[in-house]
Amino acid sequence: MEKSKEMITCRVISQEEIAPGVHDLLLQADAIAEKAVPGQFVNVYLDTNGKLLPRPISICEADAKTDTLRLVYRVAGEGTKLLARKPAGHPVRILGPLGNGFPTEGENVFLIGGGIGIPPMLELAKRIQGNAQIILGYADKNLFLAEELGKYGPVYVSTDDGSRGTPGNVIDAIRANDLKADVIYACGPKPMLKSLKEYAARHGMECYLSMEERMACGVGACLGCVCESTDTDAHSNVKNKRVCKDGPVFRAEEIQL
Amino acid sequence: MRNTEVNIAGVSFKNPVTTASGTFGSGEEYSEFVDLSRLGAVTTKGVANVPWPGNPTPRVAEVYGGMLNAIGLQNPGIDVFLDRDVPFLKQFDTKIIVNVCGHSTEEYVEVVERLADAPVDLLEINISCPNVKEGGIQFGQDPKAVEAITRTLKDRAAQPVIMKLSPNVTDITEMARAAESGGADGLSLINTLTGMKIDINRRSFVLANKTGGMSGPAVHPIAVRMVYQTAQAVNIPIIGMGGIMTAEDAIEMILAGATMVSVGTANFLNPTATIDVIEGIEQYMDRFGVEDIRELIGAVR
Repeated sequence: MEKSKEMITCRVISQEEIAPGVHDLLLQADAIAEKAVPGQFVNVYLDTNGKLLPRPISICEADAKTDTLRLVYRVAGEGTKLLARKPAGHPVRILGPLGNGFPTEGENVFLIGGGIGIPPMLELAKRIQGNAQIILGYADKNLFLAEELGKYGPVYVSTDDGSRGTPGNVIDAIRANDLKADVIYACGPKPMLKSLKEYAARHGMECYLSMEERMACGVGACLGCVCESTDTDAHSNVKNKRVCKDGPVFRAEEIQL
Repeated sequence: MRNTEVNIAGVSFKNPVTTASGTFGSGEEYSEFVDLSRLGAVTTKGVANVPWPGNPTPRVAEVYGGMLNAIGLQNPGIDVFLDRDVPFLKQFDTKIIVNVCGHSTEEYVEVVERLADAPVDLLEINISCPNVKEGGIQFGQDPKAVEAITRTLKDRAAQPVIMKLSPNVTDITEMARAAESGGADGLSLINTLTGMKIDINRRSFVLANKTGGMSGPAVHPIAVRMVYQTAQAVNIPIIGMGGIMTAEDAIEMILAGATMVSVGTANFLNPTATIDVIEGIEQYMDRFGVEDIRELIGAVR
């Protein structure tokens, strides 16, 4: 049986800060890159004695030809601070790909990313079959990845501070630009996902949301990262789904936000 | 040829390594990384008479040298466990230790009775979960209650009964003696230590449950001390756990008096931790010419 995920020690090809506190890490990740689909993530192990748990980080790009994985992540605590200091050539232990990932169907789709939920939209934009309109919500003028995403469809931006694009959130950007689509694929903070779920329901759109939760094992064993589900889940036998294993991508109606 | 076989209450294990309850599900998720047949036993996530939804999230938090969890014993209930998880584990050449949880004596009894005809080897009774309001620890912090529930379950159980003890007590040996008096076939220790983490930026608790059980390498010395003290206090075998990350940690626990050891939090940072511990124990035995692992049990006094 071919393994769906691999634990490997890979090498940093490059790392740079592309916006304040946002790092762009390229890894030589044979055996993981070729298996990965958009919306999946990897566990990054820091191998220190103090902070032990893996960091679950979403896959920004996975290139099977070069066997590279690109992770764009926010430096949020001590673990990611350590990761941010790893220069080219350094080893990094990772496990993946983890989770289910996004489907790539739909004729007219919105790809919506909010903040550090933007990175997985890049690989999705590359693989999406239909026409993609890309709506990105940022805090301020640091529009990381926006230009690259522009290669795969028109990009609409909202900023919290109003310095670029539509002032406000991604739904404000959709309204301001009078955008229409049949399907929403989104990743971002919970309030954004909640608004998008309501928006999709009101407009009769299909909607897929990538959830975030504090994780421990990353493989579905510890039940640390569950989210509330609408119906009793087949595996848990309660109204709970594992974000790391059953998700992180869920149909909006499957989950309670 | 070195012998790694150990025995608890008449059940023989090919090696002394099992999984700490709650960190390994019922083995399915880790079977992609670990040949479960190489483990001495798989100890399952706690199972109750009916499905439990567990606590709100966040359920886990990282701390120096370990983590806090407040899962709240989410489990699918005994029906699903018997229909799905036991047959899954029976595919492997390993022993099955079922962790049993409940809110009341009646609930524990129901699970134990439902397991009577199941092909499982040992029952580990969780009277020490710090994360549920009723049941769990309320049975584990009063010696009279420990003895009473042990006796009740021992009367009803078809399999040997191991009582899992809490470190959140003044004197763990008092609870250990109470369990022994109640007829326990063995003891598991330690469950997690109650901890708390506060997010100073949000000025709120990190865990939705406010408190959580601490595990990981930082608790290992406490676990070794408690296993040692308990081994001096009782005459029943001990499954030692608490922050075992490596074979060295496991051997320390065995030298302190544990017959078996459970690997828990280590699985989260190394999915093959259990196998690494088994192989490391074998290497240690070869290096020091230990022919039988039982020579090591409680060897440091």
